[in-house]
Amino acid sequence: MELNSYQQQAFDYQRPNIEKFTKRNWFWIIFYLLWIVAGGYALYLQIAKGHGVTGMRDNVVWGLFIVNFIFFIGLSYAGAIIAGLLHLFKVPWGKPIVRIAQMMTIISVIVGPIFILLCVGRFDRLHHLFFYPRIQSPMTWDVMAVVTFFVGAVLFFYMAIIKDLAVYRDAKLKIPKWRQKIYNILALGYRGAASQKRHLLISQNLLAIIMIPLSIIVASILSWIFGMTLRPGWHSTIFGPYFVVGALYSGCGVLIVAMWFYRRMYKLDKYFTDRHFVYLGYIMLALAAGYGYFTFSEYFTHWFGSEKWDSELIHKLFSPGEYGWWTLFANLFGILLPILIVAIPATRKANWITAVAFIMVIAMWVKRYLIIVPTLETTLVPMQDTRAEYVKYTATWPEWVLTGAGIASFLLFFTLVSKYVTVVPVSGLEEAEPHFTHHPHHQPAVKKEEVKPA
Amino acid sequence: MKTAAVATIAATACGSLACSCSSKKAPAGDKVKLLSPDGEIVEIDSSYLNHQEHMAIVSKLEAREGIAGKKFVMVVDLARCKNARKCITACQKWHYRPEETEWLTVKLIKDSEKAAPYWFPKQCFHCDNPPCVKVCPVDATYKRQDGLVLIDNDRCIGCKFCMAACPYSTRVFNWDEPEVPFDIKDLAYNPETGIPAKVGTVEKCDFCPDRAREGLLPPCVESCPNGVFYFGDENEDTVTNGEETISFTQLIKDRAGYRYMEELGTKPRVYYLPPKDRQFPVERGYDDLEPKIKDRFKDIMEPEKKKS
Repeated sequence: MELNSYQQQAFDYQRPNIEKFTKRNWFWIIFYLLWIVAGGYALYLQIAKGHGVTGMRDNVVWGLFIVNFIFFIGLSYAGAIIAGLLHLFKVPWGKPIVRIAQMMTIISVIVGPIFILLCVGRFDRLHHLFFYPRIQSPMTWDVMAVVTFFVGAVLFFYMAIIKDLAVYRDAKLKIPKWRQKIYNILALGYRGAASQKRHLLISQNLLAIIMIPLSIIVASILSWIFGMTLRPGWHSTIFGPYFVVGALYSGCGVLIVAMWFYRRMYKLDKYFTDRHFVYLGYIMLALAAGYGYFTFSEYFTHWFGSEKWDSELIHKLFSPGEYGWWTLFANLFGILLPILIVAIPATRKANWITAVAFIMVIAMWVKRYLIIVPTLETTLVPMQDTRAEYVKYTATWPEWVLTGAGIASFLLFFTLVSKYVTVVPVSGLEEAEPHFTHHPHHQPAVKKEEVKPA
Repeated sequence: MKTAAVATIAATACGSLACSCSSKKAPAGDKVKLLSPDGEIVEIDSSYLNHQEHMAIVSKLEAREGIAGKKFVMVVDLARCKNARKCITACQKWHYRPEETEWLTVKLIKDSEKAAPYWFPKQCFHCDNPPCVKVCPVDATYKRQDGLVLIDNDRCIGCKFCMAACPYSTRVFNWDEPEVPFDIKDLAYNPETGIPAKVGTVEKCDFCPDRAREGLLPPCVESCPNGVFYFGDENEDTVTNGEETISFTQLIKDRAGYRYMEELGTKPRVYYLPPKDRQFPVERGYDDLEPKIKDRFKDIMEPEKKKS
């Protein structure tokens, strides 16, 4: 694979990252693994003793696991849409960050479904989903959707890294033979010939065209698991788009945070410039407005219409004794604050935007909790139960530990992937840079002397 | 092999004695002819025969089809209920469910502030448009031609989607390993009998189809001291509470029968007769309750206490 000088420079700069693990890498990897081991113990307890070790009971049948599932799988859909759009519209500044979006897609689509498996009472019968599928069930749609999406995401990611794999293969990296061999096989003999380039581009275009609507469909199907039931707060026609925007929004936040951490970890300031944070900040702002609009629309119609159960739910969500403070947190820090931080020029800075994106991601997780749990606590027939744990859901420590293990495996994957492929895709950089420097009304992304035109 | 043979003999016996199943055990000394698994007619002393309750009469496949020609329906007379709770105990006993697991519950409903509270027994409504069946991803819960909605707990994966979908909170989940009494431990599971319970699966009121096949009423109907529950067949247009047997349509017509939350479009197979001209004051079902149960209804019965 031939690289131009700018690409070569980018590769040489990142070369040590994929050649060896630093002590710091190992520290974090072991830290994540410890969490995962703790999660394994919690899972063992859950399997050995039954789901009674969780806080879920007959009324609130779903809890943290489903919240995590929605959260992670949403990131995945967001990653695919963002990567797809950046690719299709040939967004010049998108080149360096598209790899992170792709990584987020593939990592979340692995971590997310684990949580729905944790929520299933009979682990041992999962094959029933394929042996006795019932096409009417939104759950079956979701199984098909997630499986299809998983295959698409893997291909999409793979297509996007083939060129880079060829670079790694030819670079004589100081790596063990087996890794050399794997790069060799996975690069599929890519040499950068004109026909290879064309075929790869066509495949990538096609996949991007497929992945964007697919992500929207699968995110909607996820929402329909809730929307298709007759429960207050769930049975809503806007749930599909609401989930799509919610997924994109939190995905955008995670992308910003991941970019910031990678930039720090691998000193990639040259590629993840302040401009990237600002641009993604703008996208985040637009999505925040969209999500806020949906949220307002939901709450407002339920409150104004004031049907019996809707009112009960709204009351739960807004009274300080129940979920009031959480609702306030989710909307203040999840919607309003990101808009303000990006809108005000003084705070429109990488660190500010990252901080607010981080808080927003947490708030969006809380928001998912507020979508799931209060609705399940609002039964149509009065509960009249004296068992406190049946009336109100409280997550137990195994659920929290497993949640932690999920986050740990998410971060572990992010660490590991960045040790095997470069975080900034080297072979894709060429087209992007000239635009940056030549656009008259754009500030140069990096100092002029560092940019060598192709 | 041996257990299989015994099971077959028992099943055959049950089949051949189906009409007299409810009768007491025949006195010792009587010989009974039975068909052995090898196809031979054997004669055994009837004292060796034990009518095995909860022994599934039909195969699991038949348990999915339902009883041909039937359309089960239940009518609950709210004017007669005084929360005696005999139905609940009988149901739990029959299905070997622990005390806290109520397939059938009695709620105290007070529709609005000024409305009078009334006792409201609630079991599975066996909806004709069942939200639970629609969402089951593995066909573990299904609708039969006789109107019943049953669960196959050998099939159930425990995703609990049906529980989230049921607007009436009818379904219960085996969160922990259920305690299975010794005498039903080895029974072959069948969706019609619903026992033994299995961890990680969903269960609910099943209208006792195994009893229906033997011409028996569900235990809740039988045990009610006030004849609250009428159970029967819509096709025959007949329902009975064990004492009186009447026309279903006539009963609904005369007493203005209705279905609970009709607006949800679930089309329940359980009808309610409004609590008009009630036989008991509502307090009769409240004052003597044990404290644990009493607490459930405190908010409605003693609202002033709640405020203080």
